[in-house]
Amino acid sequence: MQTAKDDKVVNNGVNVAALFGAQEALKNAPEAAKFTWRSTVEWVDGTHSRSTIEGFYGLGAEQKHKKKFTFDADHPEVFAAEDRSATPVEIVLAGLASCLTAGVAAVAQARRIQLRSVSATLEAGMDVRGILGMDEDVRNGFDGIKVTYNIDADASPADIKAIVAQSQKRSAVYDIITNPTNVTVEVA
Amino acid sequence: MRTTAVVIGAGQAGLAMSSQLAARSIDHVVLERGEIANTWRTERWDSLTLLTPNWQSRLPGFGYEGDDPDGFRTMPETIAFLERYAKNVSAPVRTHCRVRSVRRSADGYDVLTTQASWHCEAVVLATGAFNIAQVPAVAQALPPGIAQLTSAEYRNPESLPKGGVMVVGAAASGAQIADEIHRTGRPVTVATGEHVRAPRTYRGRDIQWWMDATGLNDERYDEVDNLRRARSLPSFQIAGYPDRRNIDLNALTSLGVKLVGRLAGIRDGKAQLSGSLRNLCELSDLKQNRLLDTFDEWAAKNGLGNAVDPRHRPEPTRVEASPPLVVDFAREGIRTIVWATGLRPDYSWLEVPVLDPKGNICHDGGVVTEAPGLYVMGLPFLRRRKSSLIDGVGDDARDLSAHLAEYLGAIRRKSPRHFSCASPTAQGREA
Repeated sequence: MQTAKDDKVVNNGVNVAALFGAQEALKNAPEAAKFTWRSTVEWVDGTHSRSTIEGFYGLGAEQKHKKKFTFDADHPEVFAAEDRSATPVEIVLAGLASCLTAGVAAVAQARRIQLRSVSATLEAGMDVRGILGMDEDVRNGFDGIKVTYNIDADASPADIKAIVAQSQKRSAVYDIITNPTNVTVEVA
Repeated sequence: MRTTAVVIGAGQAGLAMSSQLAARSIDHVVLERGEIANTWRTERWDSLTLLTPNWQSRLPGFGYEGDDPDGFRTMPETIAFLERYAKNVSAPVRTHCRVRSVRRSADGYDVLTTQASWHCEAVVLATGAFNIAQVPAVAQALPPGIAQLTSAEYRNPESLPKGGVMVVGAAASGAQIADEIHRTGRPVTVATGEHVRAPRTYRGRDIQWWMDATGLNDERYDEVDNLRRARSLPSFQIAGYPDRRNIDLNALTSLGVKLVGRLAGIRDGKAQLSGSLRNLCELSDLKQNRLLDTFDEWAAKNGLGNAVDPRHRPEPTRVEASPPLVVDFAREGIRTIVWATGLRPDYSWLEVPVLDPKGNICHDGGVVTEAPGLYVMGLPFLRRRKSSLIDGVGDDARDLSAHLAEYLGAIRRKSPRHFSCASPTAQGREA
């Protein structure tokens, strides 16, 4: 399925050699493939909270990001809140967007297709009567998500579509959103 | 009882291997738990026809000689074909002989059966790839009152309860079963995950003609990019109907079949479906179109431009704007679930440690390298893309019987006392 010549340099910044190497290494060490992602949150005030991400577990050991990352979340003024940051549902959209976009870069690299620019807009509908508890037939979450990609790359439209389709197929966040996931919430 | 080789299974693979062993004068016996062509008799539905046209459903030295080369054999016709073949090659078949265990011994293998036990130097497993239905764990959460059966148990629409049916899985079996049931007036919902779409005919020729002519069916296991993936691909969503109609998702939804995503869970009497349906349909369309591109390139390169109709592409799979994510069995009147979710081979009787953690047999093109003298046939992409087709067992039998013969030669050179004295014809014709 190559559209670039073999001797052409394709660099989307993704180290696919390392990814394929990881597949080889993990084939005989499935335990090492078990990762645990973590995040902590502190309530600030009102609907404003701050999440911190630093450590995770994988490859058989505790790992740490290069630095601590923090993400704030809040609700907007139309929700009678302070709008100190984006809403949790918008952050979910950003999570999906990032996961799919990283996938586009990785798949393009593996298929030796040079990307020039990749952007997308995401839109998700939500009937707020769900979260307001006004109607049992209305769900809390999104009634659907629409992602529209704009990609300029050294490939045919069909090949670009194929990259985007493959990215969804191997996306963690896409899977989390489209399939049921168990969530257990306890109080210590 | 002693013989040189034991072949387990008298389906097309076992019978083809028998013909090749006989051609090499290798003593052998074919052990069959039922009758010749057992699973074609006992584990297929009434209306099933082969997916490959008659001209292509051939065995070594035994092609189709009827007047409908482009037709598709029914189950009775397939069984009769295999019975004729077994007679034609004088296959030494022991019927109603179920294998209880296969074990290694000091100088070969011990095969214990419900009849005699056999000691031999080589064993060929021709027991098929699809013995045990894979029913997803969510089946346990099905509400009471809903009948469930697997594609191996399904026989005809009339034997199902009245009311709606959910068919889970849309490879060849699921698509055919959905098509057949829906046409009898029982509303069908198809829940599909990844699937492989293909048109029955393309540019005026049968898709199996293209697969054969382009050499795709002969593509070798050591030449293909991702062998693991190629071996686990679902079957083409096609049927062998006389009218050659398609049964892809567009054909099914045109009939009124309801299309939903992969069955992801069952909770409180409701099926939860994945929201990835649109992506899976697009991936399937892209894959189909890549296949058709390959056909077009081959046709152009081989100057077939005028011998085939102009190129075209099937309409993209139609998916509604918001496919249902939940199906309430009671509210939708669904009274039956058919699990068309695939089958796996049964090696429970194989007491030789050659299985991987997932229960699949480890082999190199059918040669079980960890157990010299042990061979396996009939698995998807065993040696070639066509390995699981009737048309594929012939070449695989030729290759593997050659390897087996060389193996026997090698062990005999090492220890001449292993040489078997029994003549092949006496062994083969024993009552």
